[in-house]
Order: sequence, then structure tokens, then C-alpha cells
Amino acid sequence: MAIVNYLHSGGLTAPAVAADWPGGYWWHWLFYAVAIIVALLIMVMGAIYIERRGLGRMQSRLGPNRVGPFGLLQPVADAIKILLKENIVPSTADRIVHFMAPIVAFTPVILILAVVPVMNGAALADLNIGILYVVAVSSIGSVGVFMAGWGSGSKFSLLGAMRNVAAVVSYEIPMVLSIIGVVLFTGSLATSQIIARQNIPFILMQPLGFLLFFAAACAEINRSPFDLMEADQEIVAGYMTEYSGMRFAMFYLVEYAEAIAMSAVITTLFLGGWRGPWLPPWLWFLVKTFAVFFFMVWTRTTLPRVRIDQLMAFAWKFLFPLGLINLFITAIQVLVWPDSLPWILIIINFAVMGALILIWSKFFRLGWGRVQV
Amino acid sequence: MTTTQEITLPTEPFVLNIGPVHPSTHGVYRMRCTMDGEVVRDIEPVFGYLHRGLEKLAEERTWTGTIPLTDRLDYLAAMSNNFAYCLAVEKLAGIKVPERAEYIRVIIAEIQRVAIHFIIVGSFLSDCGAMLTPMVYALRERERILDFFDMVCGQRLTYNYMRIGGVSQDIPAQFLPALEKLVKKLKRFIDEFDVLLKQNEILLARSKGVGILSKEQAINCGISGPVARASGVNWDLRKNDPYSIYERFDFSIPLGETGDCYDRYRVRIEETRQSLRIIEQAMQQIPAGKIIADVPHLIRPPAGDVYAHIESPKGELGFYLVSDNSIAPYRWHVRPPSLINLAALRDMVRGWKVADLIAIFGSIDITMGEVDR
Amino acid sequence: MFKFERFGLGIVKGMGVTIRHLARHPTVSQYPEQRLNISRRSRGNELVWSRARCTGCATCAKACPQGAIEITTATNAAENKYDVTKYRVDTGYCIQCGLCVEACPYDALFLGYSFERAKYRRADLVQEDDALAESPARPASGYFHPDIAEKLPEQTLLVEKITEKRKRR
Repeated sequence: MAIVNYLHSGGLTAPAVAADWPGGYWWHWLFYAVAIIVALLIMVMGAIYIERRGLGRMQSRLGPNRVGPFGLLQPVADAIKILLKENIVPSTADRIVHFMAPIVAFTPVILILAVVPVMNGAALADLNIGILYVVAVSSIGSVGVFMAGWGSGSKFSLLGAMRNVAAVVSYEIPMVLSIIGVVLFTGSLATSQIIARQNIPFILMQPLGFLLFFAAACAEINRSPFDLMEADQEIVAGYMTEYSGMRFAMFYLVEYAEAIAMSAVITTLFLGGWRGPWLPPWLWFLVKTFAVFFFMVWTRTTLPRVRIDQLMAFAWKFLFPLGLINLFITAIQVLVWPDSLPWILIIINFAVMGALILIWSKFFRLGWGRVQV
Repeated sequence: MTTTQEITLPTEPFVLNIGPVHPSTHGVYRMRCTMDGEVVRDIEPVFGYLHRGLEKLAEERTWTGTIPLTDRLDYLAAMSNNFAYCLAVEKLAGIKVPERAEYIRVIIAEIQRVAIHFIIVGSFLSDCGAMLTPMVYALRERERILDFFDMVCGQRLTYNYMRIGGVSQDIPAQFLPALEKLVKKLKRFIDEFDVLLKQNEILLARSKGVGILSKEQAINCGISGPVARASGVNWDLRKNDPYSIYERFDFSIPLGETGDCYDRYRVRIEETRQSLRIIEQAMQQIPAGKIIADVPHLIRPPAGDVYAHIESPKGELGFYLVSDNSIAPYRWHVRPPSLINLAALRDMVRGWKVADLIAIFGSIDITMGEVDR
Repeated sequence: MFKFERFGLGIVKGMGVTIRHLARHPTVSQYPEQRLNISRRSRGNELVWSRARCTGCATCAKACPQGAIEITTATNAAENKYDVTKYRVDTGYCIQCGLCVEACPYDALFLGYSFERAKYRRADLVQEDDALAESPARPASGYFHPDIAEKLPEQTLLVEKITEKRKRR
């Protein structure tokens, strides 16, 4: 427990609840709810812009640059276009399910941001089971996706939705395992405590955990290289095929909002949240979130897609054992490591990560001609 | 499906139509796939959507007037088609092409090979899901090459450059110096392109061992070109049945070992490197002189028939011409490599999944202009 | 000894290539504000015809694989030549192959230099007589005519110049 004491000493302690909020609890809730929704939508627009410009620049071309100065109003133009489209529902669709699906898919994404603190103590609800709440809520989104696949009344949508559910369920486990590694160092599930204990950002203490969480997050939110649920699959867009107009916009939003939400969670867990030297905390938060999002864009530009059985095999045979080993090693470190040598711990962790990836890659190869990996 | 499964769910195969218009398109080609869940059991190709009656149209045009028609066969590599046709008529009429014209033809044909391999490799890698990045890089380089064709004949896609007995216009003065720069730049680009995706684990997982075409199958189906060479068949018409002046150049034929998609991709990249070698040698050896033999504008080859073939970038492109000593061909038939190579698609695809189907189809390299004529 | 590729290193190297492109100038030219010079021998989608030099021999019409050129002549016994009464080209049929330009023995026919000749009505594609004359708005291209090609601006080669620097609008 000595290393944990080191991390705890000299760190911040976060206030338990916003006791002095003017107007009391309900105003606090209302303000934050509105603020989160507005902020999320604006960040989504920024994310769409960064993605398209970043993708373009990395492909040696410009992104959109005609609408507004430097193309900044392109997401607005996209939104207006989508709003003006006709909403077509197939005749074989189950109308109630078809209607509810985008809502059920979109709501959990906003809910995740409720526990992510933007400044010291500035979250909607500083739950003391914060991270558990995040994991639980993010699983609800897959119900929405499955409703979309079923409610569309087309077998390809159903196939796409089933793939998505399988992938989300499989990748929950490495995600949770890497979170537990962080929680062991922190000693608490609350997000504010996690940030408060990060004198050294956990990406240095837990490099393998970061990679696992990043891969699992990319798979949860259907981003490349795991985006086979939505792109090119059996011609069109999987579970989103039969949607048009505003409902399609909701799914489109879900994609980017989940990316932003997961980036926010990654900064909370691994990068130290709002902590940082000179800039104001909320600015650090935004910078870190968009840096993680940029990393997602970067992997999207470069990497090809995996196949569905390779996706499942990657989760169960590669990420899951590595997550377990990471957990054991972290637990041992927390128990026995003396508190005066954190930097050696970092070096050891990186070495362990390198060794583990090398050894495991030798045992396990994706694909290579095997029909079922 | 696992082989040891006690409880067998009743399943029935369904027919999926990967239609004439699909996103990972290589032209209008329709495949009716009988699928068992995710796995492809059988495919039935349906083509003819791009049939324009070129062989019939050719009977109503003069011998020189059919050269624009040859452009539209394999429209991505129009110079090779021109070359094959002009060789056939010259063989029929016994025309000797001047030296400079031969060198110009070889240079142009090899640049064309590089240009089309860029598109094919780019689109194959994009079919594997790499979000169009390799395609954009490859097309950017192809633009540099198309400038050369523009410089020489005024068009970028349908060139109508080669004539019976030579080429129609001489290369301008800035062609050769600019070509030297181009060769240097392309060599650097191919190296960088290799770094991008050659050792990418996800690409290896998607394409290594996938869609294997064995050597015997390749020979039995009459496959030619990079597809056959990737399966280990050491057959290249530039070495085995040399036409034009290819015997004067020193280049090697890249061969693959297993005949999977990855080998086809590597064979094409290595072929571009060899083509750049040929171009360098030709640039040094090119003499001055006439660029077209003394043939009448309205040529009347003697009666008879001829079959001439070249190594086009897709395989063995052959022309079978029958003449009855008039100004128009009596019979004008094309042996399209894409159509013959398509015969192997069924064997390559059985048992793989839909995502592999798209990747395998992309790696065979079909241009529907040739298949349907 | 121990090859480090295929253990994740391939992915990392690929990502390095992509990120380096962020620092390079994108290979775009913002049409229509920036244009690259097209080839001097460009086969544009129109024909330029010189009435003075045309003798009405109709070699171009015979050479055209599409049959897009229609010529009507009347005999002029006094001056012992043909008068071309109608020279009509259906540029909708034309495939810009240039065989007519190569066929003309009197250098009376050229291909146009521009590629922006789209019309709103299909009937406008059929052009006759003096609509085909050369003018500064309808320059002739240097296809098959090196003397005209020399006077045209030099082609922008992408191998030499990646892009135009962006100009402030």
C-alpha cells in the first residue's frame, strides 16, 4: 500500500458535494444538465470538424473549407441538411421500436458526462461509484443499437446489430479490467478522487491499461479499426441503414458523442482530467479530450478494418488475458512496492507492457488464413 | 461454426445480392451470394451491365477508327489496350515499327502499368477498410503520371495515342527530363507507401492466407497476370513470348508463394518497381528518328486472321482480328484478362466471410469495361 | 535475431507515415480560384474550324469514328472549287479522339483548348459554321499542331510543382 500512500500524499482532496451552490440542489442539477447537453453538442460539432479536417490533412488533401471561414460551419451545414430530409420508415418496421431506438442509443452517452469533472468539483453528480456508473451506463447504448437493428425490419440491419451487441459485450471486459487497474492505484471509484490522486498521470503508471482501454473504447464506439458495424458491411450501414432524416442524425451524433465521451473518460482515468500547470482547468480538460479524440482520428486514418471473428478473437484471446495479467501485476505492485521510487515503477511497467505484448503476439496471431480465428 | 457442436440450430442459407452498384465498387458487377450466416457458400456472377457492343461497333469503323474503342476496354490502362491492338494489326499487315516509336511505346506502357497498379492497390487496401487513405495517396501519385499522358496526347483517360505503325505524335521536349524526376519521386513514394501498410498487422490478418489460389488452379483456369504470378506461376509474356523490344531490358518478374490476397498486393508493388527499372533503361537507350511507319491513313491489311497478345497490367490481353482486305475489320475480338480471371473467383471465395469476399474481389483486379466490352 | 515487426510495430510505423502528412502542404488546387495550366496538346470538347482554309474535302468526316461531322458543299464552277455551305459538328457525339484533326490535309481543323464547355441544352451541343471559328474565347489547342502548341502556356506538371499556394480570396 506504500505506493498508494505516495500517490495520496500531497494530492488534492476533492469536495464531496457542491454544498454552497446558490439556489440549492435542483438549480445545480438544472444548470449542469443544460450545460452538459449544450457542451456535448458543441463538442460534437468540433469533433466532426476535427475529424474531417484531420482526415483530410493526413490524406494530403484539405478537408471541408468552403462553408464558413476554414470550413468551421460545415457541421452546421450537415445538421441543416439532415434536418431537412424526409423521414422514411420501412413498412415492415416495428414502429415503436424504430422510434425509440435513437433515443435509447443517445441518452446513455449524455449520461456518461454527468460524472466527468471539468474543474475541481465541477461535475453534475460526484458519485462515489463514478466509474462503475460509467461502465454500466455505456452498456445501455447497445440496447438502443439492437432496437435499431430489430426495428428496421431488415435482415441486414439485424445482422449488423447483432454484431454490434456481440462486440460491445465482449469489449466490456477488457475495459473493466483496465479500469480496475486504475482504481487499485486510486483506492476509490469516484472520478474526482481518481483525478485527485494523479500526481503522476496514470498513463505512465499503467501503460498497458491505457492501451487496453483505448482499444476497448474504440470497439465500443464503433471506430476504426473496429468499425465493421457501420461501414461497407454488406453494402450499407448496418443497423443505421433504414434511418433517414433526424433519426439518422441522432445515430450520427451518437457516434461522435460517444467518441467525445470516451475521450473524456480516458482523460479522467489516465491523463489527469483537469489538472495541469498554467492553463485554466476547463481548458486543460478540453485540450486533453480533443487530444485523445485526435488520436482516435489518427488511428482511423491509418488502420484497416478487422473482420468480425477477428474482432471477437482479439477481445477474448488477446485483450482479456492481458487485462488479467495487468490486474495481477498492478495488485502486486500496490501491495509491496515501497513508496519512494515511483519512477522506477514507471519504467518497470513499460518494460512489462513491452514484454507482455511481444510474448502474447507470438502466441496469438489474428487471421493468417485461419477461417475462424 | 464450431465443429463439435452437439446442439445444432436449424439454419438455412439465404441469398444476398451484392448488387451492380456497391460501395467497394470495381465497376458494375453483380454477385448473387448464397450465404450461411456470415459465411459465403456459393456465388453466382452476373455481369453484362456495361456491355456496349464494342466488338460489333468495331466492324463499322476503320482500322484506325477502332483505336478509340480500345481505349474504352480497360479504361484504367488505355495505353496497354492501344498497344495490343496496334501490335495485332502490325502483325497482320507485316508493318515494321521504327525504333523510336518502339521505345516510346514501351515507356508509355510501363508508366501506364505503374499508374494502374497504384489504383488497384489503393482500392484493394481501401476495400480492406483503410478508410481510403491508401487510395488517396495512390491517386495523388497517379495524378503526376497522368500529367505525362496529358503532355503527350492531350487526354488523361482515353488516350488514342498509339497508331498502327507507331505513335501519333512525338514526345515533347520536356517529357524525358520530367520523367526522370518522376521516376525518382515514385521510387520514394513506393517506399513510403510500403511503410504505411506493408507490415500492418491488421492488413496481414485480413489478407494473408485469405482467398488462396493454388498454382494448379491458376493454370487450369487460364489465369494470367499478377494473379497467376502471385500463385507461383512463372509466366510473364514480356519474358516468355517477348513482343516489341522487351528483350533489350533487364528486369525481373516478382513471384508470390501462396497466392493469397497479400501476395497479389506485394506482386503488384514489386511490379511497379520493376517497371520503373524498365523506364530508366528505356530513357537512356531511346534513339532519335521517325515515330510512325509509312502506312496509309486508311489502312487495308491483307486478308487473314491474327492473334496478338501483350502483358497488360491485368494479365494477358489478346486481340483476335480477322480481315477481309477492306477498310473495316471483319471480326474484332478481345481476350479480356479480367473476364478469364473472374473464373477463379468462385473457388477462391467459397468458405470465406463477406468481408473477405470484398477483399478477394478487390485483389483480383477487375475492370468491367473489359469484362463486358 | 528477434524481428520486432508484426508485434504492433507495423501499425506504429504506418501511423508515423500518416502523421507526417499533416506537416506537408496538401496536394490540392482550389478550383476555380486556382487553376493549373492544362496540356498544350489538350483535346478539349469542341472543334475549331477555319473557313478560309477548308476546301470541303470531307476527309475529317470520313475519319471520324462517330460520324459527328456533317459537311455540305456546293460546287463553285467559276473559281473551280467547293464552297462549304454547311459544316456542322455534333459535339455530343464527338469523343474527342482527334482523328479528324490528324486527317485534315489543309490544317483547317483544330481541337479546342478548353474543357469547360458544358451546355445547358442538348441542342446547343450541335455547332455550325461560324460558331466554330477561332476566337480568343475559343482558342485552338496544339494537338497535332506543334506550331500552335508552342504559343500556348506551358503545362503545370505536378511532378515539379505540387500545388499552388493558396491565395487570399
